[in-house]
Amino acid sequence: MNAEIRPMRTPAEQGLSGELKNLPSSGGARIVALREAAAKAFNDNGLPHRRVEEWKYTDLRTLMREALPISSPAQSAQVEAHARLLIDTGARRIVVANGAVVPELSDLADLEPGLTVQPLATALAAGGDLIARLGTLETGRYDAALALNTALAADGVAISVAPGAVIERPIHVAHVFSGKAAASFARNLVVLGEGASLTYAESFEGPEGVAYQVNSATEFVVADEASLDLVRVQEEGANALHLSTLLFEVGKAVKLNAFTFTSGAAVTRTSLYARLNGADSAVSFNGAILLKGRQHADSTLFVDHQTTGCESRELFKHVLDDSTRGVFQGKIVVRQPAQKTDGRMMSRALLLGDDAEMDNKPELEIFADDVACGHGATCGAIDDDLLFYLRARGIPLKEAQSLLVQAFVGEAIETVANDELRDALVERAEAWLKARA
Amino acid sequence: MAMLDIDNLHAKIEGEDGKEILKGLSLKVNPGEVHAIMGPNGSGKSTLSYILAGKDDYEVTEGSVTLNGEDLLEMEIDERAAKGVFLAFQYPIEVPGVATMTFLRSALNAQRKKRGEEEISTPDFLRLVKEKAAGLGISQDMLKRGVNVGFSGGEKKRAEILQMAILEPKIAILDETDSGLDIDALKIVSEGVNALRSPERGMIVITHYQRLLNHIVPDFVHVMHKGRIVRSGGKELALELEANGYAEYQQDAA
Amino acid sequence: MPAVQETVEQVRSIDVDQYKYGFFTDIESEKAPKGLDEDTVRFISAKKGEPEWLLEWRLDAFRRWQTMPEPKWARVDYPPIPYQELYYYAAPKQKAGPKSIDEIDPEILATYEKLGIPLRERDALLGIESTGGEGSGRARVAVDAVFDSVSVATTFKEELAKAGVIFMPISEAVREHPELVKKYLGSVVPVTDNFFATLNSAVFSDGSFVYIPKGVRCPMELSTYFRINERNTGQFERTLIIADEGSYVSYLEGCTAPMRDENQLHAAVVELVALADAEIKYSTVQNWYPGDSEGKGGIFNFVTKRGDCRGDRSKISWTQVETGSAITWKYPSCILRGDESQGEFYSIAISNGRQQVDSGTKMIHLGKNTSSRIISKGIAAGRSDNTYRGLVSAHRKATNARNFTNCDSLLIGDQCGAHTVPYIESKNASAHFEHEATTSKISEDQLFYCRQRGLDPEEATALIVNGFVKDVLQQLPMEFAVEAQKLISVSLEGSVG
Repeated sequence: MNAEIRPMRTPAEQGLSGELKNLPSSGGARIVALREAAAKAFNDNGLPHRRVEEWKYTDLRTLMREALPISSPAQSAQVEAHARLLIDTGARRIVVANGAVVPELSDLADLEPGLTVQPLATALAAGGDLIARLGTLETGRYDAALALNTALAADGVAISVAPGAVIERPIHVAHVFSGKAAASFARNLVVLGEGASLTYAESFEGPEGVAYQVNSATEFVVADEASLDLVRVQEEGANALHLSTLLFEVGKAVKLNAFTFTSGAAVTRTSLYARLNGADSAVSFNGAILLKGRQHADSTLFVDHQTTGCESRELFKHVLDDSTRGVFQGKIVVRQPAQKTDGRMMSRALLLGDDAEMDNKPELEIFADDVACGHGATCGAIDDDLLFYLRARGIPLKEAQSLLVQAFVGEAIETVANDELRDALVERAEAWLKARA
Repeated sequence: MAMLDIDNLHAKIEGEDGKEILKGLSLKVNPGEVHAIMGPNGSGKSTLSYILAGKDDYEVTEGSVTLNGEDLLEMEIDERAAKGVFLAFQYPIEVPGVATMTFLRSALNAQRKKRGEEEISTPDFLRLVKEKAAGLGISQDMLKRGVNVGFSGGEKKRAEILQMAILEPKIAILDETDSGLDIDALKIVSEGVNALRSPERGMIVITHYQRLLNHIVPDFVHVMHKGRIVRSGGKELALELEANGYAEYQQDAA
Repeated sequence: MPAVQETVEQVRSIDVDQYKYGFFTDIESEKAPKGLDEDTVRFISAKKGEPEWLLEWRLDAFRRWQTMPEPKWARVDYPPIPYQELYYYAAPKQKAGPKSIDEIDPEILATYEKLGIPLRERDALLGIESTGGEGSGRARVAVDAVFDSVSVATTFKEELAKAGVIFMPISEAVREHPELVKKYLGSVVPVTDNFFATLNSAVFSDGSFVYIPKGVRCPMELSTYFRINERNTGQFERTLIIADEGSYVSYLEGCTAPMRDENQLHAAVVELVALADAEIKYSTVQNWYPGDSEGKGGIFNFVTKRGDCRGDRSKISWTQVETGSAITWKYPSCILRGDESQGEFYSIAISNGRQQVDSGTKMIHLGKNTSSRIISKGIAAGRSDNTYRGLVSAHRKATNARNFTNCDSLLIGDQCGAHTVPYIESKNASAHFEHEATTSKISEDQLFYCRQRGLDPEEATALIVNGFVKDVLQQLPMEFAVEAQKLISVSLEGSVG
């Protein structure tokens, strides 16, 4: 009577299983085995549904109605027209269209000393030390989005920064989708040597009105005393399904600051897994999520403190208009050796729309005693007193709301260190508010 | 034999590369005497008070401390308290949810029990607290609140003196009791301390400024510098320091 | 407030691994045959002389139970429960139900006396002996005592009857007030609610029934003491409390069990119904045997407690002090159905040794202008695991719902775990939810300060922990608060050093 009944396979699951019959063959025996294992895991477990705790609020079985064919290469002229995000930030830009690097749109020349940037496909063909790191950050726990990415992604960007190299100019990987509805998979690898420093940005965008699917995964290997700033902007077209996975392995005395901005896609799931296995690192994961219409966005975080003296900070801000749904699941785990851990997580949501919904699940799992950990979660409408105050000074309602929302998300955006990128984010938030008003 | 005898005390911060803070400090305190220890910041004054009270973070590497001939350094923190060591903290700790009244009674009875004495009866205790609290301007409301929780700086210091008055220590160590006090609060606290001067009790008053010593007039003044007492004298030494500052000692350091 | 010395003496008076309530009373008892099938259900129903509808209700539950899997989502780990090796009914042997206190087996009376629970009204008239210090008044408390599967005595029945209050074993209420039982039983916790509640519905043997009529403020605290005595016996009590419009009742519950090497199952269901303007305050001190320090023995406590704020402006408040049981699986909840209804949950959960606690609450906001408050204090020591699991939700129509949640965990020692798993779901923009949680250890500075004033490490820890849980202790009626405070210190025995 306790037997788990496997639910019927959905059309999407069946379609994906079909795609999984033809796995990419590049990268050598280890990578091929990884792909096969991931494909088998998907065939065994399928898409997650609400009874799978990590996907409780994002029932992919229901939300992903169909599997799309894997995208074919995009036309670079179209791509160039579509790639608008973060263009004036002075960053070195690499364009990935429909999951494949577009060399003619990418700035791969005159790399700073110690910096290697190449298409993942090239790196896979060459093999070598960098590719030896690919797939090493997977958690061992089944995650459907990541499994599909591991099995099907054949390209993306591979970056390595040599020990001690400080790369001043940010690198921006612009993911663009173009063309008819299809599914694109990209896998990126970013490896920072000891004491290296990098600012890395990812952006995602695509056409309105096309129900395309994007599945992206990026692995970050951050060695001792390295410093990584990550900025992500996701503004996929309104009918898109966007799944992304960010995996971090953090050495000792690392400074890591990650920020995600999400306002696109019909359905978004962003999973962050961070393994802190070096002492005395300071990491922060922050985000601003602005949704309208019937958008659904899920940010799920898993910060795993495995050793002593690390500090982690999370601050997520949701602004939910109309009938949108925001999901924040954040879990801080402090393992027994991780004494002196200092972990704080905060999720705040502003519900602007009458039918908006926010689901918060901040979680602490603590096995070490000498710790100071905490989390907080709030949700509610804009403070009426504040609104009244602004309106009494003659500011119209929408504008007053805009000002307050801007201040609200501003607190999270503030955490981005790079001035140009931060300004670009502020501008994106303003654009969202303007479109609303 | 002095009541409190600190002899050639060396101590460092616990741990392998812990910094040495006390470097051969000696001091004798007899019953009835009030000793002031003055010195620039970082000279080790607060460390001395913590070591006498038995805080874990320090390691004594050399020297001895005895209280009435008994080895103080061998004793647990609470055992020292029961033997009569009282530390008035520079920054009194908050203990939320534990009413000051409950705390005082628990402490008093724990000490009495360790000394093999009878516990105090409830009416006697209430009478005692009421009497001592009134003199220090401590309201009944404060006594009902959590220990030091929501107390102002001045209230915290007064509460420390109240605890001292009730626990009746043999040797009281007042660590920067004047810090954060305005002149009125300083007067109240000083009067409280003066009322507790007695021929049976020794006191060590640690302070950076001479100001406190106008109110609590010491019998001896010591200048502490780099973990040792570098000069001792009568109360006039404090005035000299007030006039000249610690510059002379800091130059030594350079 | 009593001084900490009392608690510490209590600690001293027992050795490690000594559970004060761990004695066994040697009385003859009557049991149902071992195991569970439809005949067991029929046996229990027949023993209770139940009407046909209730037998059918039970059988329906039993059939549903057979198709249900045991829930696995909680953070507790335990060996399979041998449902067919348990006895589902055990009653002290008596000719008929006791007509008066004097007919009760003196051994049982002695048991309750040992537990400090006065059953004899002449004792009870004097009130529960207060162990508190100055200021704790003597209150009168009506007691229903449940021994294994049956209620053995209920005090103050007559006086309560004068006020119109019904307070009796539920088995008796089935006979005397069938219309009330039929109307409300299973109306808050449906038969098929969850695995353990469904099992309870099939085999519940006794428990308390309370009905407070319209506008009545119950003249005294009502209390039930549960005692598991028999070996290999599950206890499945069922409590149903109905507060009719504008009424008020405060209800206390206490639990103990003998020390045994094997685990014993306790799967109770408590249903509360508050009609318009009514208020129910439900307090529990749960001290079932926790097992020894190696995790051998102890009660498996799988309890479903739920209150339904059915009427407008009704209020239900849960306060719990959980120190016992090997496994605690318990989420006293409030369904805030009526407009402007209020729910509260105040909890202290202490785990030591190898105990596993997974406890919390659900506040389901359905009505307009509903509000809820959750204060949870978890203390983990030894090698225990202590999880707070909670849900706060506002449904589409719950305009202006308000919740404030505060969950604090304290760790004592580096072999234990403290976990916080809150679910906060808002489907209404005007709802305002605030949640905060912290986990920390006892501050070294606080310990040093207390010890500098003369307290030894154990005294200092007890004092600080009592301070940590004070906000919740204050919610308990005086007598219970004193008992709970002592229990906290006893539970932490051996955790320091």
